[in-house]
Formats: sequence, C-alpha cells, structure tokens
Amino acid sequence: MKLSDRVERVPPSGIRRFFELAEEKEEVISLGVGEPDFSAPWAARTAAIDSLERGRTSYTANRGRRDLRESIAAHVRRYDLEYDPDEEIIVTTGASEAVDVAMRAFVDPGDRVAVPQPSYISYVPGVIFAGGDPLAVPTRAENDFALTYDDLRAAGAEAADALVLCYPNNPTGATMSRSELSEVAEFVREHDLTVLSDEIYAALTYGGEHASIATLPGMRERTVVFNGFSKAFAMTGLRLGYALGPAEAISAMNRIHQYAMLSAPTTAQFAALEALRSCEDEVREMRRQYDRRRRFVLSRFAEMGLECFEAKGAFYAFPECGGDDERFAEELLREQNVAAVPGSVFGAGGEGHLRISYATGMNDLKEAMNRIEAFVRG
Amino acid sequence: MDAKRELLDLLLSNARESATDLARQTGLDEAEVEALIEELESDGVVRGYKAVVDWDRVDEEHVQAEVELNVELDRETGYEEIARRITKFPQVSSLRLVSGNYDFAVDVEGKSMHDVSNFVSEQIAPIPEVTQTVTHFVMETYKERGIEFGDRDGDDRLSVSP
Ligand SMILES: Cc1ncc(COP(=O)(O)O)c(C=O)c1O
Repeated sequence: MKLSDRVERVPPSGIRRFFELAEEKEEVISLGVGEPDFSAPWAARTAAIDSLERGRTSYTANRGRRDLRESIAAHVRRYDLEYDPDEEIIVTTGASEAVDVAMRAFVDPGDRVAVPQPSYISYVPGVIFAGGDPLAVPTRAENDFALTYDDLRAAGAEAADALVLCYPNNPTGATMSRSELSEVAEFVREHDLTVLSDEIYAALTYGGEHASIATLPGMRERTVVFNGFSKAFAMTGLRLGYALGPAEAISAMNRIHQYAMLSAPTTAQFAALEALRSCEDEVREMRRQYDRRRRFVLSRFAEMGLECFEAKGAFYAFPECGGDDERFAEELLREQNVAAVPGSVFGAGGEGHLRISYATGMNDLKEAMNRIEAFVRG
Repeated sequence: MDAKRELLDLLLSNARESATDLARQTGLDEAEVEALIEELESDGVVRGYKAVVDWDRVDEEHVQAEVELNVELDRETGYEEIARRITKFPQVSSLRLVSGNYDFAVDVEGKSMHDVSNFVSEQIAPIPEVTQTVTHFVMETYKERGIEFGDRDGDDRLSVSP
C-alpha cells in the first residue's frame, strides 16, 4: 500500500526501541516510565463507574460537557488563567489530541514551527503531520534547560511561525519562572509567533508556583495552553485533556476535533468532573511523594558524582551520563537491569544525558539508585 | 510542612526508613534527622515502631477480637481508672474510649477463640464497673493501619513510555 510522504518523514521513536530492549529482560526496574505510578483518585474512579451505571454513555457536546468546562475554568484560575467556558475551552482526548489538533489548526504546509529540545516526542511528528517544518531549538544544560532569547536567536527562530513550549518539561524536569518566560515572550512578540504551550505538568511544580506564558503581556491573544488530567490526577488511561485559548483559536480547533473525535470520552469526563470537585488532597499528596523522591534521586546522583541540575517540575531528573547516552542506557540495562531513556531520544541538546523518571515506588527507586551507583563506579 | 511534621509523615508511611534515606528525601542532614526523631520520641509523639502483620500468613493460630464494653461510673471511679486497669492486660492490644452505644472499644488478641472468650469472661466482665461486653471475632482483615492485605495489584504500565 502506498504510504503518505508525511508518514514516511516521521521515523519510529527511539522510545520504542528501548521499550523492546527492556521487555526482553526480567527483573528490570524501570525508570523509563512517562506516567504516574499512582492510580486515579478513588473518588474519580467511582464517579466514572457511577456514570456508567446510570447509563451516561452517549456523546457529549463537541467541546466537552459544559459543567466540566466550567470546572476547568475555575481550576485554571490558580495559574491566573481566565478563560470563558463557552468560547475559550475545549475538552480533548488527552493533551495529545489537543496538540495534534492545534498543529493542524494553526500550521500551513511550509510553515515553520520552532520546537525547543529536548522535549516531549510528539511535537515534531505533530508538525510534520500538519505539513509544517519543525525547527529544532536546542536548550542548554548550563541554563538548566530553560529556553532563552539567545537559544531562539541562535536557532533562527525569528523565521518561525509558531513556537512550542513545554514547561515543566518532559524529559528534563526543567521549569521556567515568570522572568525567564518574559524573555521568550519578548522574542515571540517581536517576531509575531503563535505559542503552543504544553503545561500538562503544571501541578507538579516543586518549591514554587507554575507560571504560564499566556499570563504575560500581549501573550494571551497568541497563545494556546494545553493541560489535562493524565499527570496531576494520575488519569493517563482515561485519556482526557483540554486546551485554553482565544475564542477564534478554540473554534478553529473544534472544527477539526468535531470531525476527528466528535467528543472526548464521556466516562472520562465524569471522572474528571469529580477529580476537580473533590480530589485536591490526593493531588497534593501525590505531589508531596514525588517531591520526596525527587530530592532522593538528586541527592543520590550527587553522591555518586553524576552531574544533575535541580529539576523542579514533572517527575523527571536529567543527569549527565557523558558521551554516548544510548550506549550508556543500553549497558545500564544489560548489566544492572535498570531501564532509563537516553536523552538524545528527545532531540537536540539531550545527548549525554539520561531521562530518569521517579514515578516509581520508593523501594524500587532505592534499589535502582544502588544499581546505577554500582554501574557508575564499576 | 515543617521538617518535624514532614519526618512524621515519612515515618507514618515507613517506620523503617533509615536516617540516611530520610535525609535524602527531606533535604535535611542526617544529624538533623536524628535529632528531630529523638525529639518526636522524647515528646511522646512517636510512641513506638511495630510491624503490621498479616496473621493469616503466619503458620500459627492467632485470634483477634473487637470487644465493646459498657461501664457504669460512680463517684470514685472514672474512665481513666477503668482504662488503666484494662490496659495492663497483655492480651489487650488497643483500648479506646469511643462515642456511641458503648464506652470502650477493646482489641483483644489470643491463641484461640477459647483463649479470647475466656479472657473476656474471666478478666474483663468481672470488673465491677463493667455492665456489658459484646465480643466480635475478626473473620478476615482487609486493611490494617493503612496497609491493604489483598494480593498486590501489579504494575501494568508499559516499562518504557514517552
Ligand atoms: C509533555 C507532555 N505532553 C503531553 C503528554 C500526553 O498527555 P495526555 O495523556 O493528556 O495525552 C505527555 C505524556 O507523556 C507529556 O509528557
């Protein structure tokens, strides 16, 4: 069968290869998992069950249930984000769908989309599937992987039409403060870019408040923010996310979403409604546990002499392993049965690093760190 | 959360955590951790550290019962005094004054049902202030002090994912 050029242009992800390597072995402790080890809060799960028992199994409005959009509007106010539930919010099948639909809604064939890297692996394929040309913008270890004005200029991002942002970041765990974001916003205004800001890890920010670029002067009208229930509420398998943006942008996204998806999963919408209504304590407790593990892995890396900046978000640390990260990760898996994802899988700037996910119970984390130490010292 | 409260939280979820690992998780240094734990102990906040045991998996007879106790107070005897007398029995693993239809909730442990019912009828019921006892033998434990006893749910996440 003839495959489209767009598909041919996207190589299989490097994550897949490591998944296969890890699956071949037994007794592996995996620090390669990009989702919470917790289950969704029990109240959210029972709300989903209850909705099924009451037979709430039909489609919802294209943009999602109105009560859910209202709850989302109230929820994001904590980040100073003000969006109208009728016009400016759309509920999607995971943030993944929101990213895909946004690319198709805002990118024309030949448009250039600046993608800071290392970053989540879906952005570049998303740009390509939309017919656009991705422009990699490497971020640097010496800036703790925050994106700077200079990074944008060095990569020639003034020629871009749009910019993707992902803070707190997967894979580095990097966060960006308001003042760091201001530099980026300045560049964006100067060169009239659209911003697609993936803030799915916003709730997992440690020792500080999450700042959204959409709250900076002149940014709201050119920014779409993505968020969702997968990470903060440990609801990955329920597949529910959302996008916030100016009415015109959300309406454009909805034009694609209504044909591609019709509506996001109904059962998940009921779970999400309950999650927002009553699960704040569970989210806080999960964040507390991630934070302990974060401090634990960072101090272990310091003890074994692996250089690692203090990641303050998501559930990742990004230590330097030096040189060939693919080889390091393969040997670590072979010799010590610990799986971690090589940084270069996440694009330019990731080489020589490992993504360490601490979304793993403390006992496994302790053992994995002992094994990494044995590997590094051996 | 202040440091002491944070340590208490960590000990509540795993009392066997070493001072080194507690230090790594809190950002305190080891000496601080040890000093704070010592304070928690000497202030009587932390009263002890004991294993949570699933007796069904121990190869010996072990019976637990929850006993409801009603008492009648008089001018000389209050709850405190009755409680003091009951706590001394090694068979009593916990004793609480509760609101509702009875006064004390007593957890009793023994080697057999006979053991436990004998203990209740011979040692507890005869106490002059005790007017009624109702013994509930434990048939099955599903969760104890926050720990679920069922088979653990496996981790069915993909071993490596984006
Ligand atoms: C940065 C980032 N964005 C989006 C997603 C996808 O989230 P969802 O489950 O909402 O589709 C992930 C999942 O790993 C992620 O790390």
